[in-house]
This record gives sequence, C-alpha cells and structure tokens, in this order.
Amino acid sequence: MMRILLVILGAALFGAVKLPAEHAISQTHRELHFRAVDFDPALRDQIGQLGFIAGLSGFRSLVADVLFVQAHVAWERTEWGRVLLLFRQVTTLQPRAILFWDTAAWHMAWNASAAALRDSTQPRLALRIKAQREYFRLGKDFLERGIKYNPDRPQLYEALARLYRDKYNDHEHAAEFFAKAASLPGAPSYAKRFAAYELSYCEGREKEAYDRLHALYAAGESERLPTLIRLLKQLEIKLAIPPDQRIPDSIPQ
Amino acid sequence: MTTSIHRAFSIGRIAAITGNTFTELTRLKIFYVVLLFALLLIGNSIFMAQFTFQQEFQVLKDIALGSMSILTSVLAVVATARLIPQDIEDRTIYTILAKPVARVEYLLGKLAGVLLLLAISVIIMSALFFVVLKVREQTVIHETLRQMRASPPEQMAEALGAVRASAFQANLFSGIAIIYVKASVLAALTLFVSTFATTTIFTTVVMVFVYFIGHLQSTARAYWLQTNGGGGITKFFLAFVALFFPDLQLFNLLDDIVAGTAIPPTLFAKTATLGFFYTGFYLLLAWSVFHRKEL
Repeated sequence: MMRILLVILGAALFGAVKLPAEHAISQTHRELHFRAVDFDPALRDQIGQLGFIAGLSGFRSLVADVLFVQAHVAWERTEWGRVLLLFRQVTTLQPRAILFWDTAAWHMAWNASAAALRDSTQPRLALRIKAQREYFRLGKDFLERGIKYNPDRPQLYEALARLYRDKYNDHEHAAEFFAKAASLPGAPSYAKRFAAYELSYCEGREKEAYDRLHALYAAGESERLPTLIRLLKQLEIKLAIPPDQRIPDSIPQ
Repeated sequence: MTTSIHRAFSIGRIAAITGNTFTELTRLKIFYVVLLFALLLIGNSIFMAQFTFQQEFQVLKDIALGSMSILTSVLAVVATARLIPQDIEDRTIYTILAKPVARVEYLLGKLAGVLLLLAISVIIMSALFFVVLKVREQTVIHETLRQMRASPPEQMAEALGAVRASAFQANLFSGIAIIYVKASVLAALTLFVSTFATTTIFTTVVMVFVYFIGHLQSTARAYWLQTNGGGGITKFFLAFVALFFPDLQLFNLLDDIVAGTAIPPTLFAKTATLGFFYTGFYLLLAWSVFHRKEL
C-alpha cells in the first residue's frame, strides 16, 4: 500500500514539474512560429501515410528534402503539374524554409509560365497567355503564403517585388515590397535602391522617387551607380529641378 | 596492514562500470554507424552539387542533422536495450552485484557508458559534417570568386557573405547538442524499460512505440481536442499519456535551425534542462524497479 502511494505521489510530483515546463516550451515554440505545420488529414492525403508518419516523427525536413529532390527531377522533365503538387507538399512540411517558397515561386512564375506561353500543343494564343498568367498567380500565391509564415525575413518580400516588376510590370507594388524588404534586418544593400528605382516609374510619385534617389546619391560614392544617376537625371528634367540643385553631369574621380 | 573503508556510493566504481560498458559496446562495432553516416554525407554532397548553393547547403544540413538524429536515437535504444539482459545472460551481473556495488551505481555506470558512446559518436559525426560543409563552402567560394572577378569589391563581399551565411550558422551547434540530449532521454527511458523487460527485443519494440507516441502525442492531443471536444474521459486519458511519455517534439529544433531560424539561448537552455530532468527521472524509475528485482 505504501509503495502504491509513493508511486502516485512520485507521478504527481513528476507531472507537476514536467507538464508546466513542457507547456512553457511549447508556448515559446508557438511565439517563434516553430512547428507551424498543420498535420491534418488533408496533408496525409497529399504526402501519403509513410511521409505523414515520418513528418510527425521528427523527420519533417528530411521528408521535405526528398520531395524537393523529386520536384527538381519533375522540373528537369518539365512536368509542371507535378512540380506544383510537390512544392505545395514541400512548403507545407517546411514552411519556415525561405528557399522552398522562393524556388517554388520561381518555377511557377518564371519557368512554367514561359513554358505555357510556348506550349506547342495549344494553338490558341489567348489560352496560352491565360495559362501563363495562371502560373504568375501561382508564383505570387507561393510568395504571399511564404511571407505569412516568415514575416520577419526580407528574402520573400524581395522575390515578390521582383515578380511584380518583371511579370506584372506593376512598379507601385514592386516599390512597396522592395521597400518592405529593405526595412528588415539582413536585407541586401540593393533593396532600398531598387525600391527607389521602381518608384521613379510610378505616375504621380516622381517627387517622392526623386527625394529617395537623391538621398541615396547623397549617401556616397557606393550608391552612385549608372542606373541611379540616369533615373535621377530623368526626374530632374521631368520635375524641372533648378540647374543649381541638379547633380553634376560627370562624377569627379 | 591498511584497511579500506567501503563507501555506500563511489564515483570510482561507477567509472569502472562506465569504462567496461563503453569497451563492451565498442567491441560490438557500433561505430560502423558513423561510417554509414560518412558515406551518406559524401554521397549526398556529390549528388547535391548540381543544385544552387543555397539548395545544396540546405539539403546537406537537413540530411546530415536528420540522419545524425536518427542514428543517435537508434544507437541510444539498441545499445541500452541489450545491457541488462546481456549481463544476465552472460551472468556478469551476478559477479558485479555480488561485490559491494550498489544497484544504483551499476545503473549509473551502465547509463554513463552509453552516454559516453553517444557523445563520442555525436562528436565524430559532427566533425565529419563540418568538414564536408567547409569543403563544399570553399568550393562554392572559389567558384564565386572566379565568376565575379570583374565585379566591384562590395558586390563581391556581399556574394561571399551570402555563401558563408547559407553554409554555416552558429545555431547548428545548438541543434547538435539537442540531438544528444534527446538521445540521452531515450537511453534513460530504455534503461528503465529494460529493468522489467526480459528480452532485448521486447525493450526495443516498446521503445519504438514510445518514440512514436512521444513525437505524436502533442499533435494528436491538439487534433483530438479540436475535433472531439474535451470530455472528462478524453481529458483523463490525454493527461495520463502526457504524464508518462516525454514530449519528444519539444526536442525537434532541427527543422527550424536548418531553415535559418535563430534559436534563443533561453529556449535552448530550457529544452536541455527538460532533457536532463527526463533523464534523471527515468533513471530514478529504473532504480526503483531494479533495486527490488530478483536476479
């Protein structure tokens, strides 16, 4: 009887320490966006029973890598439907890996969209363009979902800005996302410059663009790149900046 | 004539059992696991060379740390599961316990032997991993330098910084330390199971189930409560599982470390402390069963 009581007491003591400690660590994981995967029956259907169990058993990133390699092979074979399916699984399993979102978006918006436009099996140009735009949308969707899981990292904002710039010709959104990327820690040095470049193409925002470009120009030699100088000169003419306030024609060496 | 006083608890006796256990396990050629790991790493790095450097490093780190986690977990369970049954079968246990060796010393020595083996395995595997990572990083740096020969120094520095940041992160050490802590928990739990199990196979099978339950319980609990609501019996059952099985998902920081997420030192410290707490508790449980066991 004494022994049973001791066991119960021991278990209660163990639980009193263990459960709050586990709860506190789980809480920290949630705050840091760890384990952001929803293991639900839909995911099990997508990745199969074995992959699902492996993912749950601490080998989530390994399963994601295997699927990533499969997606790479599917890309080499230009099986775009399979690439999309596999990348959806990869990003579901490893939503904190920037690389997977970025690669998935690149395959959709750049590679698959170009292939769709050159699809020789589809004689109608309108349908080929429609398919191309659908792949742009899929690429954008990957980046937007990736940003939801990684709001604190600049890479996906930058990728989204490039997509708006190169595929949608939407300079306003491109400027917005380059600026967002530039505001985050770890952003590449060109993000701020690119935000100003894109803004210079936006109708009605020339003054704002001029101010930003001029601030960059004033920051020093390293920012005075040919594109920046060219855009600044164009804006000086457009905004009729007085000659004495304009930048010199040639940069003194 | 000198008389030696017998101490109830002796570090020297534990160290002797630890050394003996370690030698015994080494003779089982358990370090072949490390060879397997090396082959996996080298094969992987050759195959992955066709990817971009970010993809290559990400997959290399995933494969290396993932396989390190699997191999140390398997090693912890398999090496520990055979210790007590093997000693009983070889009758070594009678020779040891017939001497003035306390049963707690015997258990501590056995567990320490396994933990030493795990530590050495983890150190060798980590060293191999860092060598392969460094070699690949240097290869990529040389390629980048060659390709960007004409670029301005700032751009060159930025590109090289990106290569280095993709390859090596200080967080990898935290990840490896947590792999070891998780393996220690599994070893202690296996030792506990082996104190009442009669065969090595039984202990191993039980541990496989414990491993899966430990990983699945938090997800299953959340899903169950979300879909079925929280009835009294359900809550009691879930509390029972949560009380007796370790939540092994808490030790899975690797997925996030490889993805580039920084692990705060406090989280690392809390996780490691929880791991040592589990290890101590399961050792205590093992002793509570073993000290009354009829041999």
